[in-house]
Amino acid sequence: MIEVEGLTVRYGGVTSLDDMSLTFEQGTCGLIGPNGAGKTTFFNVLSGFVRPAAGTVRAFGVDLLSMAHFRRARWGVRRTFQTEQAIEELSVFDNVAMVHEHSKLGAATRKGDVLDAIGFVGLDADPDARIRTLTAGQRRLVEVARAVVGRPRLVLLDEPAAGLPDEETSHLADVIRGIPEHTGALTILVDHDMSLVSACCTTTAVLDFGKLIASGPTAAVLRDDDVIRAYLGVA
Amino acid sequence: MGADLGLRSTAGRQTSRRRPGRPQLIRAAVITVLLLFVLFGFPQLLSLYYIDTMTQVAVYSMVTLALGVLVGRVGLVSLGQVAVLAIGAWVAARLLFATAQPYPVILLEAGLITMVAGMVTGLPALRLRGLYLALITLMLAGAITVVLATVNFPNGGHGFLGYNGSLVHIPPIRRPSVAGSDPAYFRYAVIVAILMFLLVLAHTKTKPGRAWAAIRQSEPAALAAGINTTLYKLWALALASFITGVAGGVLAGAVHYLYSIGFPTQDSITLLAVTLMGGVYSMWGAVVAALLYQFLPALLNNWGVSADWLTILFGLGVLQVLTTAPAGLADQVPKDLARLARLLSRLLGRRTPAPGKTT
Repeated sequence: MIEVEGLTVRYGGVTSLDDMSLTFEQGTCGLIGPNGAGKTTFFNVLSGFVRPAAGTVRAFGVDLLSMAHFRRARWGVRRTFQTEQAIEELSVFDNVAMVHEHSKLGAATRKGDVLDAIGFVGLDADPDARIRTLTAGQRRLVEVARAVVGRPRLVLLDEPAAGLPDEETSHLADVIRGIPEHTGALTILVDHDMSLVSACCTTTAVLDFGKLIASGPTAAVLRDDDVIRAYLGVA
Repeated sequence: MGADLGLRSTAGRQTSRRRPGRPQLIRAAVITVLLLFVLFGFPQLLSLYYIDTMTQVAVYSMVTLALGVLVGRVGLVSLGQVAVLAIGAWVAARLLFATAQPYPVILLEAGLITMVAGMVTGLPALRLRGLYLALITLMLAGAITVVLATVNFPNGGHGFLGYNGSLVHIPPIRRPSVAGSDPAYFRYAVIVAILMFLLVLAHTKTKPGRAWAAIRQSEPAALAAGINTTLYKLWALALASFITGVAGGVLAGAVHYLYSIGFPTQDSITLLAVTLMGGVYSMWGAVVAALLYQFLPALLNNWGVSADWLTILFGLGVLQVLTTAPAGLADQVPKDLARLARLLSRLLGRRTPAPGKTT
C-alpha cells in the first residue's frame, strides 16, 4: 500500500505536482494523464530523483522520502523508464542481476532469482547475450525483469509499451498482470495506451496539470467526464 | 505468459557462463607471449634510447589506463592527471630519499597517499560532469602545479620538503636494487604496469565494473538499480589516483631527477587527447595512448623532426576519433585490418578462379 499526502513539486515557477493525495492499495494500479501531467515526476519523487516541495509518501508504512535514493531500490522501489535504460555494455544476466547485487542473499539464491525474473518476463534470449543484440521489445523485457527480480515492494512502470507492436504489448500486458501475484509487489503503470491500462489495472488515478482529477475503478475512471475532457478536450 | 520459457533453457547455460572459451584462451596465450617478448626481447633488440622511451611508455600507460577508467568507464572527464602523477612522483621521491624501504613498499605508499590526495581534491568535483568537471580538474591541476613549483621536488635535502636549494651534489633518486640498469628498470616498470592493468581488470570484471557501466550510460538507471553512484564514482577516482600515484613512483626512479617544470598543466590536455585517440573503452587503448604520447615524440626526435608537429597530429587524431571511431584506435585498427584482409582475399579470389570453374 502506498499513501501519498499533499505532494507538491515545483520546478522554478512551474508546479508539476499540485497537492496530490492518493492511495493505491494493492495489485496493479494505473496512473494516466496527458503529456506534462506530472506522472513521471511522481515516479521521480518515489525513486528519489526529485525532492518535493511539500507532502509525504508512505509505502507499506515506511516514510519513503527520508530514504536515500539508492537505498529505495534496495528496499524494494523498482522502476522502468520512459526511454528504455538497459545497460548496453552488460549482458542480459548482468543487467537484471545489477539491482539484486546489493542484497545480502547468497550468490546461488541471487542467481536463481535472476533466472527466475528472466523466465517470468518470458525473455527468449541467451542470458549471456549483449543488450545491443536484442530487439526493442526484448530490451523492454530486460528492464521489466530488472524491476521484478528478488523481492520488490513497489514496481513503477513508466510507459513500458511505448513503441512496441501489438503482439509484444499483449505479451507485456500478461507480464504486468502477473507481477503482483509473482512478487507480491504493488505495481503502478503509467501509459497512454488505454487498452493496456484497462487490461492490467483494477484501479486508476488521473493527473492533469499536476492535479489529481479522478481516481477509482479503472472502468469508471475512463468514463469520467473530467478525464475525457482532459484527454480529448471535449466533454 | 511463457514464465518457464527461458528458465529451463538458460539455467544450463548459466553453469558454464564464467568458463573461458577457446577464443579467450587463445587471446590469453597471445598476450602472454607478447608480454614475454616485451620483457625479454625488447632489452635485447632496442638501443638504450628506446629502452628509456619504452620505460616512459610503461609509466604513461598506467596514467592513461587510470584516465581511461575515469573517462571510459565512469564518464568523468579529468584534466588533472599530470598533476596527480606529479603528486605520486613527489611522494615517492621524498620517501626514497628519506627512508631505506624496499621499492615496492615505496610505490604502494606513493599510490595510497596520492589516492587520498586525489579523493580529497576530487570529492567536491564529483557532483559535476562533462565540461564543468573538466574545468574544475584543470583548475585543481593548475593549483597543484603552482604549489609544486613553490615547494620544488625533493632532491636529497632535509626537512619535510627535502629540497636542497644549493643545487650542488644532488644525489639521483634511487632505483630498486634488482633493477639498477636501464634494461632491468624497463622490465621492472613493465611488471608494475602489468599489475596495475590486472588491478583494473579485476575491477571491470566484477561489481564495480558493472556499477561503472551503469553510471556511465545512465545515472538515473544506476540509482534505480540501487547503485550508490557517489560511492562508485569516488571508488573510480580512488583507483585512478592510486594507479597514477604508483606511475609517479616508477617515473621517479626512471628519470632520477624530478623538476616541477616537467609536469606542466597543459600536458593533461594532451594526455586526454591521446587517451581518447587510443581508446578509452579498452585497456589496449591505454597502451596505444602511451605509445602516441611517449614513443611517437621520441621517434620524431630521433629522425630530427620537431615533436611540436604532434600537437597538430593529435588535434586531427582526436577529431577523427570523435567523428568516425569513438572507441579509439585500439578498436578501429583491428577492424580496419580485418576489413582490408577480407577485401584482399576477395580480390585475390576473383583473380584466381577455383579449379574446374570458368569465369
